Amino acid sequence: MKNTPATDLAPVAKRPTPSGGFQAWLPRLVLAPSVAISLFFVYGFMLWTFVLSLTSSRMLPSYDFVGFGQYARLMQNERWWVASTNLMIFGVLFVVICLAIGALLAILLDQKIRQEGALRTIYLYPMALSFIVTGVVWKWLLNPQLGIQAMVQSWGFESFRFDWITDPDMAIYTLVIAAVWQASGFVMALFLAGLRGIDDSIIKAAQLDGASLPRIYLRVVMPCLRPVVFSAVMILAHIAIKSFDLVVALTGGGPGYATDLPATFMYAHAFTRAQIGLGSASAMLMLGGVLAILIPYLYSELRSRKHG
Amino acid sequence: MANVIRRQTPAARLSRGLLYGVLILAALFYILPLVVMLMTSVKPLSEISAGSLLSLPQNPTLAPWTKAWGEACTGMRCDGVGGYFWNSFAIVIPAVLISTTIGALNGYALTKWRFKGSELVFALMLFGCFIPFQVVLLPMAQTLGWLGISSSRAGLILVHVVFGIAFTTLFFRNFYVGIPNELVSAAKLDGAGFFRIFWRILLPVSAPIIVVSVIWQFTQIWNDFLFGVAFSAHNTQPVTVALNNLVNTSTGVREYNVDMAAAMIAALPTLVVYVLAGKYFVRGLTAGSVKG
Repeated sequence: MKNTPATDLAPVAKRPTPSGGFQAWLPRLVLAPSVAISLFFVYGFMLWTFVLSLTSSRMLPSYDFVGFGQYARLMQNERWWVASTNLMIFGVLFVVICLAIGALLAILLDQKIRQEGALRTIYLYPMALSFIVTGVVWKWLLNPQLGIQAMVQSWGFESFRFDWITDPDMAIYTLVIAAVWQASGFVMALFLAGLRGIDDSIIKAAQLDGASLPRIYLRVVMPCLRPVVFSAVMILAHIAIKSFDLVVALTGGGPGYATDLPATFMYAHAFTRAQIGLGSASAMLMLGGVLAILIPYLYSELRSRKHG
Repeated sequence: MANVIRRQTPAARLSRGLLYGVLILAALFYILPLVVMLMTSVKPLSEISAGSLLSLPQNPTLAPWTKAWGEACTGMRCDGVGGYFWNSFAIVIPAVLISTTIGALNGYALTKWRFKGSELVFALMLFGCFIPFQVVLLPMAQTLGWLGISSSRAGLILVHVVFGIAFTTLFFRNFYVGIPNELVSAAKLDGAGFFRIFWRILLPVSAPIIVVSVIWQFTQIWNDFLFGVAFSAHNTQPVTVALNNLVNTSTGVREYNVDMAAAMIAALPTLVVYVLAGKYFVRGLTAGSVKG
């Protein structure tokens, strides 16, 4: 019998081939709950949300199918377009500025700096905070009456204005500031790890050729860091699409719905505005957005695994 | 090497100074919000409206902290964030322990007991790291209702375990791939079983990755807001939700010092973890994103 029950194993002290029988199934048995969880809670739920997005559900899920009607409504929903446009602005600025600051700080820190450890710790600590804490702090700093604006005005610059958080056209940029504050140190850490992994002899060779330091970084070092840039972009874009807590804490989506993002749009419609069908459709579009950046990433990861 | 005298030209000294200048400016950008938060949290309200962000507290007081902890209003109730702080611990500790244990066993099974399709199983689970959670919120709410644990701590623990094991499995799998197979094969030949090999050979060398996994899960779950706000009731809220409610409760005078004290309270556990084990924190963040 191949499938020996577990109790039979006990008296046999040293079986010659324990890899057969029950032991061979044990790893699969151990993995089974996780696979089941993943199939149900990840794949099943995605499918379930998709099904809900095809229904007219409002307060409670109902299974009255209306085809792609909710998606059509979404496309005509002005607030959804504001949220999507905001995600574009926020996402692009957040990723680009984080990359620029992260790369700059990593390169500067790589110049045999005293106290490098302390500086690194300071640059990175915001990443340990909750986005809610970040939002609460920056809301305070950006408060026109008591925050940075008031402080600079009290220094004598009476005409200084920094009231973006109350300005519907500028509020989206306050999200960028707070998110960059939180995540750019992390990008610095990624780049620094990448820089430390580069073979010194390449840089030495370029120096012997008479290349200047900025030129070496631009032409020799940066191309070596392409995988790091790629990973950083993936991770940052992912953070941007999922951004929910920061908006809730910093602007509450306002003024009006000027700083809505798809994540807050989805939550508002599914949980507070009794628009489950519409909320589900917006969640599916968010998933589509993540897949659009994820699939090229996984593809290149798998390819480099096979080659390396 | 030893007797090279470092003589710097003025230009070199200038660029060195510039370098440190930029680095220190950057450090100020990151540290000042924390400094302002801390200083504001110990100022009386009168000093806040009279002074500016960076003015040092004249009469430091812990009253805002005690108020934030035990009396401030978070929505309908006015009993501070203290209770929610312990709520967060009651959710985080079991969720971290369970998800790390499952991740360790998964990673072990996936690397040391490979079978046909084990790579596919891994890829299948890995996808859970990447989905936007909005796509699971509504079905999760309904499922928690069916299980009879909606708005309970048990429900939140379940949610965090379910969506945490993708990460913990990734950590342990990538770590165990690097552990040589020879010892495991020898133990198998000696007749040692699945759990015995794990206990005797893998677990003793797993300390670093256990720390990475625990820290990652701790910060993720402690800092979570989305699941907390969607799946909790007023008495089971985690501290992030309570903090947000406290800041947005609009009754009476805005007490910014209490807001900042509450934010500090919510931030402290993860900050302490970061200060004590920053190296492992970074390793968790960069796991899989920088290939060695």
